[in-house]
Amino acid sequence: MNPTLGLVALAAVLVATVAVGVYGLRLSRATSDFYVASREVSPLWNASAISGEYLSAASFLGVAGLVMAYGVDMLAYPVGYAAGYLVLLLLVAAPLRRSGAYTLPDFAEERLGSTAVRRVASVLVAVIAWLYLVPQLQGAGLTLQTVTGTPRWAGAVVVAGAVVVVSAAGGMRSVTLVQGLHFWLKLIAIAVPALFLVMAWRTAGSPALTGPDVPHFRHTTVVRIQDPVRFDVRAPVTVAVSGGLDGRTYGTAAGIGSDGGAGKAAHRNTGAGEGTSPVRLAVGEHSAAAGARLTFPGGVPVPHQVGLKPATGADWARPLSGAGGRAHPLYAVYSILLATFLGTMGLPHVLVRFYTNPDGRAARRTTLLVLVLLSVFYLLPPVYGALGRVFAPQLLLTGQTDTAVLVLPQIVQGGEAGRLLAALATAGAFAAFVSTASGLTVSVAAVVSQDLLRGSARGFRWASLVAGVPPLVMATMTTGLPVADAIGLAFAVAASSFCPLLVLGIWWRGLTDRGALAGLVAGGGLAAVAVVVTSVRGPGHGWAAALLEEPAAWTVPVAFAVMVAGSLFTRGRLSPAAVDRVMLRMHLPEEVTGAEGPPAVPPQQGPPAGSRADVPAPDAGAPPG
Amino acid sequence: MRTMGSVITVVSVALVIAGVAVALFWLVRGRRGFGTPAHRAAFATLHQASLAAPPLRDGLNADSAKRAARHLRELLGTPALAVVGEETLLAWEGPGRKHAAQAVAHAKDAMDAGRPWVVPAEAIACEDLDCPVRSAVVVPLVVDGLVVGALSVYARQVSAGLVRAAGEVAHWMISQLELAELDRSRTRVIEAELRALRAQISPHFVYNSLTAIASFVRTDPDQARELLLEFAELTRYSLRRHGEFSTLAEELHSVDRYLRLERARFGARLRVDLLIAPEVLPVAVPFLCLQPLVENAVRHGLGPKASSGRITIRAEDAGAECRISVEDDGVGMDPEQVRAQLAGKAGGDSLGLGNVDERLRAVFGDEYGLVVETAQGAGTKINVRVPKYRNGVHAS
Repeated sequence: MNPTLGLVALAAVLVATVAVGVYGLRLSRATSDFYVASREVSPLWNASAISGEYLSAASFLGVAGLVMAYGVDMLAYPVGYAAGYLVLLLLVAAPLRRSGAYTLPDFAEERLGSTAVRRVASVLVAVIAWLYLVPQLQGAGLTLQTVTGTPRWAGAVVVAGAVVVVSAAGGMRSVTLVQGLHFWLKLIAIAVPALFLVMAWRTAGSPALTGPDVPHFRHTTVVRIQDPVRFDVRAPVTVAVSGGLDGRTYGTAAGIGSDGGAGKAAHRNTGAGEGTSPVRLAVGEHSAAAGARLTFPGGVPVPHQVGLKPATGADWARPLSGAGGRAHPLYAVYSILLATFLGTMGLPHVLVRFYTNPDGRAARRTTLLVLVLLSVFYLLPPVYGALGRVFAPQLLLTGQTDTAVLVLPQIVQGGEAGRLLAALATAGAFAAFVSTASGLTVSVAAVVSQDLLRGSARGFRWASLVAGVPPLVMATMTTGLPVADAIGLAFAVAASSFCPLLVLGIWWRGLTDRGALAGLVAGGGLAAVAVVVTSVRGPGHGWAAALLEEPAAWTVPVAFAVMVAGSLFTRGRLSPAAVDRVMLRMHLPEEVTGAEGPPAVPPQQGPPAGSRADVPAPDAGAPPG
Repeated sequence: MRTMGSVITVVSVALVIAGVAVALFWLVRGRRGFGTPAHRAAFATLHQASLAAPPLRDGLNADSAKRAARHLRELLGTPALAVVGEETLLAWEGPGRKHAAQAVAHAKDAMDAGRPWVVPAEAIACEDLDCPVRSAVVVPLVVDGLVVGALSVYARQVSAGLVRAAGEVAHWMISQLELAELDRSRTRVIEAELRALRAQISPHFVYNSLTAIASFVRTDPDQARELLLEFAELTRYSLRRHGEFSTLAEELHSVDRYLRLERARFGARLRVDLLIAPEVLPVAVPFLCLQPLVENAVRHGLGPKASSGRITIRAEDAGAECRISVEDDGVGMDPEQVRAQLAGKAGGDSLGLGNVDERLRAVFGDEYGLVVETAQGAGTKINVRVPKYRNGVHAS
């Protein structure tokens, strides 16, 4: 890939973000007409902003990667990501907007009047946001590596640095505009190359996607290994190798391509012309070192990364077939759906955006538009997933299926056009990282500065560092899960902690502070423990592993049960008057509460018909001008 | 690909370590021993008292009495205890609930007399031998010379020590109730001030606006009519009776009307720039907290100046709070005079700033006062910070 164009795209996104964030407000509001200035943001623009902030690395890169590797079951992610807003719309949006709470901890305090619940909620906000930030930063690292060959940590540092500096400097004074622009950038960046992709597929004679074959190389293909990888060869094949393979080094690039310095090695090897050695790969497991280049002949099946089972097109396209080697597909799919359906409302950066709506009804209308926009967007990543198996099956070998969206445009479209498309995709990807990461950083910084540093201006600056640096450290120290999977875990924790708090808090008068506390700790704690255990012992087999890898299906019911039971046990702590007050505020439409609100001019003008004669008279008598 | 979560490993290990550290911290703090029995006794007493204090600070009613009674009983170490209001029983804590019905009758003598009274065993006459409610000492609660209720302490036998202890506890309750009364009067003062401010906006402005409108009546009747309607809307908003808070959006609308009227007077001399982040429009702010600032900018900043002037109003999203500033490029103010105004010392027509400052502090705390940047001839900038959410603050 051409690094210059990619870097230009990256820089353009960052500069545009900062520029619009700082000056957009100024340009759009420099007017002496107050009505224009203080007019609320329109639902469409607001919906774009919400969608823009929401479409993260998982949506832009991860969905395509997972669908490519594990088949249509993984459509549960995009379906869940979008449908989460339906649940939000039905159960939470309008009452939450009316409650006056700006953050999830605010809501906890408002509804339950307890600072203890508030603290726990604040901690959970930070945990969820960090879980969510890490894959964003890793996605950035992966993208920059794919585009320019820099080491993984570089992209993460660029994005985290930009976001922390901008939010600490108070640059994101009005993020709605920035996020709205980012949505449209992302939509274009994924839609235009997808169009070319489909055209290329048609040109190639519409090769079958759901046939009986496993993915194979369409023609002679050079596979560049960026990170060390182990792969399974199922049929003997002779490949031309340069770099490290199975502990030996081949070709003239010898000695460079050992472990570490992945980017450097890959870079030097692109200098072409060095010698390669033909190697016959026997059936079984092989390992390639970073920087190695394997040239496969056309027509042979693609060896898959260890742990990924080759699936025929038919299996890939059949729901619940467990394509790619995922165990208990039925359970996993339902668990993912539950986590994403119920987790969306508990994400710290989603709630804030609803405050740009003037009232509860506008909040509902906005959510509806968000659903439409997200649905349109999510139609596109699966296209990359499906066609990636045809055009870029080598990603199944290198394990970098998350880069499908980035590399496919250039594979199907040669020349300058291909490079431009790739740069567009890169810009979209960075828009995804930056918008989500900045939304999360600001949310966490607000919570941290308010609850830990007692809310001074300098406090907010430090809080931005607290919010941005730990995930950066985690992201650079690890290589990570598939992006969409890692984000699925953040959703699972949110679904098992904040979803019960919000749903019960809004719709059940009986919720007590003790009950809520118990539910938050039990649900959030169990989900977190599941995440810990899974990651310590790695992917396992059998039911225990499945339950731990996708915990939402059991942690969410547990959280609800504990919250309800705890509240029933501590019924004595309810203060009916306080509950009445909060419930009334959340559920009474604004037209009723703001009785004085509607403009007084029309009704006052109507009735006194007799006085109307006074008004037109001067009109007629003294023509203006 | 499936290096299942070394990310998550690190996250979770960090979390577990943090969790353990917090748990240890609490454990250590909780277990930090007290030196002597006297320390422990002092701690126990003061701790119970501090638990009973917050409900009492809400004033004396059934809810607060019920919540406080539990701790008061612990404090006195008696079997049962009742808090009686002027006519009714507010709370009964402890066993022997069947006697609760007579609690008001038991307290009557003490309340009539206005001094502690021992209810003898004959008056209670319980058949149940196990019942600890045998006799009582009743102490009336006298706040500001009025008997507002009574504390009845029930025991098997009333000792002199119990009478004294009950007297002391009742005394402490009275001091809490007086503090509650103080809180209420403080709130009333702030409300009164708010009312005073509402009444205060107008004098100059009403006169100026009306003369400005009058000047349009012949030359541009449409304009005059528009302005009159604006004026009507503005007064309607300013004189509304309910609610201490309003949203920033409403405040800005009101400021807009105000500025239209001012522009009618100043014409092209007055330029206004608005930089408003839509995110903060729904933030709840004290009612009429912006208009005095804008009025100040117009009057002190531009009024005396011959050339044209510019007012810039900003509202920005800053994490957990919203920052509002009103800036003018006028003649500036004397810092000493501003200091005096904010301290509430300057009288007359410049009450506005001091009042807004005081109300902001009263609602959000001292760190949220006005910050004024000004010097003679250098313009003025007034900064306001408002937390986006504060428990109990709602726009109405």
